[in-house]
Amino acid sequence: MTDSVDVLNMLKIVYTLYTLAVISLICWFGLEVVNPKGKPRIVKASTFYVYVGALITVGVAIHIVTFNKIPWVEIDFKRDSLKAAQVVNITIEDHKFMLPSPKIELKCNEYVMFDVASKDLTYGFGIFRQNNSMVTQMQVVPGSKNDLMWKFGKNGVYHLRSTEYSGPKGAHMYIKDVFEVTGCTEDDKYSQKRGSL
Amino acid sequence: MSFLHTLIHGNEGGLKTDGLTPTQKVTLRAVIIGVLYYGLSALEGMMMRAHAITPLPMLNDTHYFSVMTVHPIVGIFGSTYLIVFGAFTFLVPYLMKKPLYSIKLANATWMLIALGALLAWLGGFLFHYAPLYTLYWPLPVDFKQFDALGGFVFISGIALIMIGTLGFIYNIFATVFYTEEGHEKRPFKPLLLSALGIDGVLNIWYKMTGREPYSKEPAVSLPVVAIFRGTIDTFLDALVILTCGILILVYIVGDLSGAPMDYTAVNALLYKNFFWWGLDLIADGLVLIYIAGSWYLLAMLITGKKLFMQNIARAALLLELIVSWAVWSHHLLADQGQYNMMKLVSGEMVTAFELVTQGIAIFITLVTLWSARPLKMTNELKFLLGGILGFMLAVPAGIIQADMGLNRILHNTQWVAGPHFHVAILVGLTMTLYSAIYILWPTLTNNVKLYSQKMATYHFWAHLVGGIGMGAFMGMAAMDGMLRRTLYLEGEYQTYMILAGVCGLLLLSAWVVFLLNVVLSIGVKGLIGIFTKSKLQTKDLVPQT
Repeated sequence: MTDSVDVLNMLKIVYTLYTLAVISLICWFGLEVVNPKGKPRIVKASTFYVYVGALITVGVAIHIVTFNKIPWVEIDFKRDSLKAAQVVNITIEDHKFMLPSPKIELKCNEYVMFDVASKDLTYGFGIFRQNNSMVTQMQVVPGSKNDLMWKFGKNGVYHLRSTEYSGPKGAHMYIKDVFEVTGCTEDDKYSQKRGSL
Repeated sequence: MSFLHTLIHGNEGGLKTDGLTPTQKVTLRAVIIGVLYYGLSALEGMMMRAHAITPLPMLNDTHYFSVMTVHPIVGIFGSTYLIVFGAFTFLVPYLMKKPLYSIKLANATWMLIALGALLAWLGGFLFHYAPLYTLYWPLPVDFKQFDALGGFVFISGIALIMIGTLGFIYNIFATVFYTEEGHEKRPFKPLLLSALGIDGVLNIWYKMTGREPYSKEPAVSLPVVAIFRGTIDTFLDALVILTCGILILVYIVGDLSGAPMDYTAVNALLYKNFFWWGLDLIADGLVLIYIAGSWYLLAMLITGKKLFMQNIARAALLLELIVSWAVWSHHLLADQGQYNMMKLVSGEMVTAFELVTQGIAIFITLVTLWSARPLKMTNELKFLLGGILGFMLAVPAGIIQADMGLNRILHNTQWVAGPHFHVAILVGLTMTLYSAIYILWPTLTNNVKLYSQKMATYHFWAHLVGGIGMGAFMGMAAMDGMLRRTLYLEGEYQTYMILAGVCGLLLLSAWVVFLLNVVLSIGVKGLIGIFTKSKLQTKDLVPQT
């Protein structure tokens, strides 16, 4: 199953290539626009309309592609109608996570609903691998429903961190090795920890 | 000629401030204060860059986040607003070929904004008030963490900035619509239609239906259309920020007077929607529109030619108006309480239109330049190309994070801060402003010769490489999970942060060199003279020769 590492690796490649292409284009333009042999040229209106069409296509295509290729988008959309195999209730107050248990075990390939409530400020709820890369996150807004449905496809041990600023006292809202996913056929190579929880 | 002599008297005699008109002076005042505030913001940025490499003993958590809070206030309002407002205070009357509506109001504007930025900065510096610019409810009124007095100083500063902003808005709108003494009455309707860009839409419609153009010669030039359009967003944004400021002040006063109020009376998600709707009118409204207008103007001034596809450009500016009012939900894609349909329509689809509107501005500007080649690689041209490059990088980065799938793993990471808004502001926006400064320099200083072209060239390259490099390394850290607004104490992202720090130093050095070049050109005497009363009693924009 596609996870955030796969998506971010793809993004790295695509955006790096795009950046290099754009920098090259402007360098070329800069050199050519001052080229003493350059002749003024009028661009046809049709070129402009093709360009605008391409922009619209790209703008819409990004979202269509990610909807079809990134599994958590559909889960997010349908989370009200999907039945969670496990619900993890977490409360945050005074810059502290209150967990149902110090270590939370999660089953592979089952829907897990993280239901997080804030008793005071706006916080974040983020799950991170052992190498600190992000698995997923959501905002935790007081007075609102903050529910994130997720399906883990790899075995691993994950950290919990607040992903939103809640004042200087919230700067270190970080608990290591809170979640352990088991039962998958594949290990998350960035989230392996020696020894058991 | 000795260095000291040049420093005091300027290059080849420097700036003769006796010959400056009141309009020139008020413009230069705003721009100079804006450039100085940029330096303060850059210094704060470097403090945070250094802290991200290795925690500095002088910065505890409270101090660090108060620096982070005032950094964008100083950078956006103290610097960018002042430079932009200063430039437009000159350009709107210049392009409308009539005097500024009120020079007194223009002076009050820059003073209010400068004072407001100073107060907000003091709120952070003295009291360590640190709710960040996002002011997520109820953090600004969390008096267990923050001193209410600090909040009062900070929010009062923001309020002053917004009042100054309203002054600027009034002056710009009044300048567009008023009829100057001795001139025949200017009709309101064509001015309004033109200022909103509606005449461009009508021209396209009339052409499609085989009729003569609605308006052969628009009442308002295209850059003024952009300024007018952007100023509508500036107005709405000022109203929203002022409203939130008043709400926060009410709670602060309640706390200071011993009658604290229940913060749960305000719905945090509703407030977040309201606040982001207004705040986003800066990032996705006025900045993009002002920038498009500035590019159009710069392209026309650099080439001496009319803009490519003027009517489309006018219509696109109107489209941007509607788009900018409906994109705020992309800031709430990680908020599960936000309706999915709002995320999809406002957060994703309408936001994607910014790729189109900004893409149109880039295309039109580049084609206009291309139509006049060969051009000379002047400072204004190279900074303009740098500015365009900045937005070519930053806008797609924003569209990427405004995707429901990608936002789940990019929200609040260094991606937002690096490749998106720092590249947009530092490379896109600031380089465009530098281009405007270089092109207006002879007009505003009555042809003072720049001290050193080599320094200007260094300024360009150091700023460009520093800005793109810093954004790139922050983006790479984001891919590895680095959040913004989070302290990492175990050297998790140290390599990226060292590289981003080096790029930050380049940026800072670029500003130092630019400032030195300006001071050596006009001289310290000239610099001081800008802030004295003009000896020319005239409403003319530039001295009569």
